[in-house]
Amino acid sequence: MPEPVIETTQLRRVFKSRKREVQAVAGVDLTVSQGEIFGFLGPNGAGKTTTLRMLTTLLPPSGGNARVAGFDLLTQPAQIRERIGYVGQAGGSDREITGRRELVFQGRLYGKSLAAATSRAAELIEMLELENCADRSTGTYSGGQKRRLDIGLGLVHDPQLLFLDEPTTGLDPQSRARVWDEVRRMHDRGTTVFLTTHYLDEADALCDRIAIIDYGKIVAEGTPEELKRAVAGDVVSLSIDGDQQRALDVLSDEPFVRESRLEDGAVLLYVDRGEVAMPAILRLLDGSGLRLVTIGLHRPSLDDVFLRQTGRSLREVAA
Amino acid sequence: MKLLRDTWLVFGRYFGLLIRNPVWVALGVLQPLLYLILFAPLLQPVAALRGFPHGGAYNVFVPGLLVQLGLFSAAGVGFSLIAELRAGVIERLRVTPVSRVALLLGRAARDVISIVAQSLILILLALPFGLSVHPVGVVIVLALIALTALLTAAIGYTVALWVRSEDSYAPIIFTSSLPILLLSGVLLPLGFAPQWLRTIAAINPLSYAVEAARAVFNDQISDPSVIKGVTIMLVLTVLAVFMGARAFGRAVA
Repeated sequence: MPEPVIETTQLRRVFKSRKREVQAVAGVDLTVSQGEIFGFLGPNGAGKTTTLRMLTTLLPPSGGNARVAGFDLLTQPAQIRERIGYVGQAGGSDREITGRRELVFQGRLYGKSLAAATSRAAELIEMLELENCADRSTGTYSGGQKRRLDIGLGLVHDPQLLFLDEPTTGLDPQSRARVWDEVRRMHDRGTTVFLTTHYLDEADALCDRIAIIDYGKIVAEGTPEELKRAVAGDVVSLSIDGDQQRALDVLSDEPFVRESRLEDGAVLLYVDRGEVAMPAILRLLDGSGLRLVTIGLHRPSLDDVFLRQTGRSLREVAA
Repeated sequence: MKLLRDTWLVFGRYFGLLIRNPVWVALGVLQPLLYLILFAPLLQPVAALRGFPHGGAYNVFVPGLLVQLGLFSAAGVGFSLIAELRAGVIERLRVTPVSRVALLLGRAARDVISIVAQSLILILLALPFGLSVHPVGVVIVLALIALTALLTAAIGYTVALWVRSEDSYAPIIFTSSLPILLLSGVLLPLGFAPQWLRTIAAINPLSYAVEAARAVFNDQISDPSVIKGVTIMLVLTVLAVFMGARAFGRAVA
């Protein structure tokens, strides 16, 4: 088996402010294999970006260690930098400089000659469909154009491993879909992609494997399917005419209901077998004089996984 | 070699930003002109006062103005860095293999060159007013100004990387550079000052730069104060660049 692209052991980061110590990352063990799209999922402030910044040599760990792209994070950061690309949340292009100039400059920083950097820039401009704006300063770019340029800056040296920090946050749905396409194309070329997100659908649609982080600790790791399967059974969602809390009170103590909660004005019940639970639910509601408005049965989503692991809904904390 | 190449690349980026902005170029030329037109006429009567050094008004004041230009122009460099920190530019550069010393030196070289160019303009414009200086003296003074500017810029960038916000940067830089300037004898020679002020000035490195510049403009290039001023500035500049490069290596933002 080939060496993993990323392997961390008890990676930790403590931030000190005045008297308080905050553990942003509290001992993370991760393994990312060559060629996969790895999603790092968690609410804001969970430690996603801090972990990413340590793995990209931007921030020294307070404890633990990692191997990234075959090199030791603590002793060989220079070798790691040559092999990874990084696209931060803020992007990192200058408003006053044209996209093409930024790409050429970036290529030069990786040691390319002017000619090589210029032709690589042209290649990326074509690949990312930036022809229309490449020679304008980046201050005039739309959100989607700017994000594609940011990705181009991370790809200039054709890295074996690309880090993307919340690549689609703040983008419109169309630009978001294009970024997804780009990530899939990198994947097809064999690049390993490590991305953070707080969008569940993004992690579900894009990632081969996912780790969920909360309060600086990994709470679950696996393929989206594995994680969803771990939340055994089905989810029944229903709403009644009136106060939803009353329906929750009636149903939550039943033996076939494993977990229950209110969300977005609906009652969610986690049950072992949906088809058995449904008739019982209908009888109970009827017997209590509650009038059903909607009822549905579905497989667990990643949000259900997150809720189970952390006791909170990711949608609530991300909002 | 990598350091030189990287410094050249980083310099090219920031110098390009400077010259593509004609407003800054125009302001850079205008500033020394304003000093000469609006400030120099005040000097003539002062030069006649007792205790005023020899050499005529312009030969005493122009060196001070030059040092002031070097200090104040370079003190503001941190603002652009803070804007770049916010836009993620610095973080993006730090993930590349680029030398951290080059990240500092490349941009500081841009600042130094623009300040030296302004200084040269100021010297040339002052010649018709009665400034007289030996060409070798001009070179020495420009080197002094370059050191002053590089020292100040390195400190400015370091502070900017520490505080990471304009709201903290502005008061720190301006409340510290003002006393340094006043206690260097830039505005009026310290010959006028009471003893306690002169004592404080003696530990102000900038006063040695001013003294050296004045000696040069007074046709005393071989005066020991010249080599003393240059050496002090050189040592401090090397320390500041080292500190600034470390700050670039550690920058968190």
